[in-house]
Amino acid sequence: MSLTLNHYLFVSGLLFAIGFAGVILRRNIIIIFMSLELMLNAANLSLVAFSRFNLTADGLPNYNAQILVFFIITVAAAEVAVGLAIIVALFRARHTVHVEDITSLKF
Amino acid sequence: MSPILFYFFAALSLIFGIAVIANRNPVASALSLVVSFLGLAALFVGLDAYFIAVIQVLVYAGAVMVLFLFIIMLLDLKAEERRKINLFAYVGGGIVTAGFVVELWFVLQKFDLGKTGFPPLAAKGVDDVRNVGNVLFLTHNLPFQVIGILILVATIGVVVLSKRELK
Repeated sequence: MSLTLNHYLFVSGLLFAIGFAGVILRRNIIIIFMSLELMLNAANLSLVAFSRFNLTADGLPNYNAQILVFFIITVAAAEVAVGLAIIVALFRARHTVHVEDITSLKF
Repeated sequence: MSPILFYFFAALSLIFGIAVIANRNPVASALSLVVSFLGLAALFVGLDAYFIAVIQVLVYAGAVMVLFLFIIMLLDLKAEERRKINLFAYVGGGIVTAGFVVELWFVLQKFDLGKTGFPPLAAKGVDDVRNVGNVLFLTHNLPFQVIGILILVATIGVVVLSKRELK
C-alpha cells in the first residue's frame, strides 16, 4: 500500500488533537504554550503535504504553501519570544505558573 | 518516502507529542517536544520540502526549544505536585478531543481526492532552496519585509516586558 495524502492529513489531525488536549487538560502555563506550538506544527504538516500533492504545471511542488509555512514558523518564533517574556513577567508578579492560581479576571 | 519510514516518524512525533502533555516535569516535556519536532522534520524531508525541514530543525528544535528550556530553568520549575483534578475540565476536554478525532476520521473517509498517491516530481532531485527563494523574494516580497518589521517589534516588546520596573 502506498502513501496517500490522507495518511499525512490524519497524522496532522492527530497531532492537532494532542495539542488541543494539552491546552485544555494541563494547568501549567508553559505546557499550554508548548501545546500551542504542537498545534501550529500540525497545521504546517498538512500545508506541506498539500504542497507536495498539488504539483504545479512544470512538476514542482506548490511553493506558495511552503512560503506560508515559512511565515508561520517565523511568526511562531516571535510569538514564543513575546509569550515567554509575558510568562516571566507574570511569574515575577505572582510567583506561579499554574493557571488556576491566576484568577484576577475571573467573574 | 517509504511507508515504513513514514510510519516510524509519524509514530515518533505522535508518541512524543503525547509525552509532552503527559509528563509532569516541564523539562521532560520540552525535551519530548524537541523529539516530536525532529520527527516532523523527517516527515517534511519525505515530502521533498528540504528547506522547510531544515528551518524546522534550526528554528523550532533549536532556537525555540532552547528558549523554552532557558525559561523553565530561569523560573526553576519543579515537577508539578498532584492537585485535586478538575473532573469537569478533564471529561469535557476528553469528549471534545475524541469528537474531533472521530470527525477527522469520517471526513477523511469521504475525501476521495486524498486517497490517491502523491504524483511524481518532474525531476529526481529538486533544487528546493533556490525555488523557495525565488517564490519568497519575487512573489511574496512585501509580506517578507512585513515579517521583518514584526520580528523587530517583537524584539523591542520583549526587551520592554523584561524590564524590572514597567513605567
